Amino acid sequence: MTQPLVAIEGLSAISTRDGGAPVLRDVSLTLEKGEVRGLVGESGAGKSTIAKALLGILPSTVKVTGGFIRFEGRDLLAMPRRELSDIMGRDITLIPQDPQTALNPARRIEAQLTDGLRLKLGMSKAQAHERALQLLDEVQIRNPERVLNAYPHELSGGMRQRILIASAFALNPKLVVADEPTTALDVTVQKEILRLIRRMQEAHGTAVIFVTHDLGVVAKICDRVTLLYAGKVIEDGATADMLTAPKHIYTSALIAAGPRYDRPNAGLEPVPEAVFRQLRAEIGIAERRV
Amino acid sequence: MAEIVTTTTDAPVPLRSLPMKTIKPLLREPRVVIAGGFLLLLLLIAIFAPYIAPKDPLEQDLMLGNMPPATSAGAEPGYYLGTDDLGRDVLSRVLYGSRIALTVAFVAASLSAIIGTLMGLAAGWYGGWADRIISRLVDIWMAFPPVLLSVLLVAVLGSGLHSVIAAIVIIDWTRFCRVVRAETMAQAQLDYVMAAETIGFSRSHILWREILPNVAPVLIALVSLEMGIAVIVEAILSFVGLSLSSDIPTWGGMIAQGRQMIHQGWWVFVFPLIALFATVLAFNQLGNGLRKALDPVMRR
Repeated sequence: MTQPLVAIEGLSAISTRDGGAPVLRDVSLTLEKGEVRGLVGESGAGKSTIAKALLGILPSTVKVTGGFIRFEGRDLLAMPRRELSDIMGRDITLIPQDPQTALNPARRIEAQLTDGLRLKLGMSKAQAHERALQLLDEVQIRNPERVLNAYPHELSGGMRQRILIASAFALNPKLVVADEPTTALDVTVQKEILRLIRRMQEAHGTAVIFVTHDLGVVAKICDRVTLLYAGKVIEDGATADMLTAPKHIYTSALIAAGPRYDRPNAGLEPVPEAVFRQLRAEIGIAERRV
Repeated sequence: MAEIVTTTTDAPVPLRSLPMKTIKPLLREPRVVIAGGFLLLLLLIAIFAPYIAPKDPLEQDLMLGNMPPATSAGAEPGYYLGTDDLGRDVLSRVLYGSRIALTVAFVAASLSAIIGTLMGLAAGWYGGWADRIISRLVDIWMAFPPVLLSVLLVAVLGSGLHSVIAAIVIIDWTRFCRVVRAETMAQAQLDYVMAAETIGFSRSHILWREILPNVAPVLIALVSLEMGIAVIVEAILSFVGLSLSSDIPTWGGMIAQGRQMIHQGWWVFVFPLIALFATVLAFNQLGNGLRKALDPVMRR
């Protein structure tokens, strides 16, 4: 049996700002090479905390109280800074959430796209330029020379997100963490971007952790899903199984709460309070965290 | 995957050379062109004052005291803006006065910008103790009335150009510090900073290479505004006689001198005042224009 790419084991963390409130409760999940994993949950469920922990950028207000994150068998949380920064940006990269702010407005696309190539692979300017052109071609941007020479504000949101995707896959990483990459885009662009991520992922054989609160997005792109609530894993399984035959009442309530395109007049069904009551009882928290 | 949409519906990005790309939006902002043009002219006047000024600004001729400007009856030919009570040429003195005004403006504004920016970046980016110490310092500083403090400082440091500049820098670095700190904190929240962190750039690299360029537009605008303030402060100090010895023509000194004899010769008072007013206005307008034109998001 081969070892998984990422193995999170019993990860727990608290927020030092929020009076020591738990943000992750004994989270375990494994990710195989080349797998696309959805990380789903409402705000504060801990999905972003897991993503940040994987990227080594946990804010100082979050303290890990237990557990491991193993990346190819090595514990990321116990790793010396130097080794960690070798992995970050090379083996593990990020597709950020908001293409409006994820590119530095004062720097040209070329400089930003080649940062990683030059820092991590030590490419020369000319080599990095060639690679950047290739990458832009891969994410289907026409006029790559012009785009490289442009500032972010000269490009549309969809274009910028393509550049961020190109940048994330630039170094052939083993894991890409996509932090709600389609939330800030409109629906038609969203679809293209999802296809693009999937295609890039397949072409590079990269594993993707896809953080989202949108089950529709999960259904389109993810092989497996992990559903979180209040920092705890509620359900974990193959996407198709989970969406068609959910095991947990919260999962089915969430699926029912989504918009139904076949019945547009049915209205939206909120997750019943009884479900939250049961969740809180299972996890062992008194108040619903808002 | 099924069919893949290969079109991106974006207009082609125009290819322009680097300097034009930076300068062009500035030239489209009328305030920058007009105010900048005026200040450039003033700078040339200051540099070439000895060649432009019709008379020696210090040369006294008591026989020609209080002569009115050239448009009035009884004007003395060659003295276009009249003379003061000692018979010195007002035009030449106003022209020479620009030297002190601009020297103070450039040196004091640059120094306070450098000190304030370094403090503001440290406070805004590193936070923690650095932020607490610097912010308290700024709070204490702001509690002093600035004009009183500058008068006090020059009184302690002794009069002279260096003291005037030092007084302005000591007082006004806080202005830069506050703005740069706030702007740095705002920039630090944006995703591009997080993206740079995940690539593995060091904290200081991110500060200088990623954040500072985005703080720069506000900073440049603020430097321009600060230059206007420095000109005013210098004039105030000259006015109360704390700036430079009276044998160096300054606008503030001329205003102080003209005020005493405003009924005999308004021109001694009014012309340096106009020069001061126009200069400060130009710096302020340039600052506001630059702020708009340099904003990378508003840049089109």
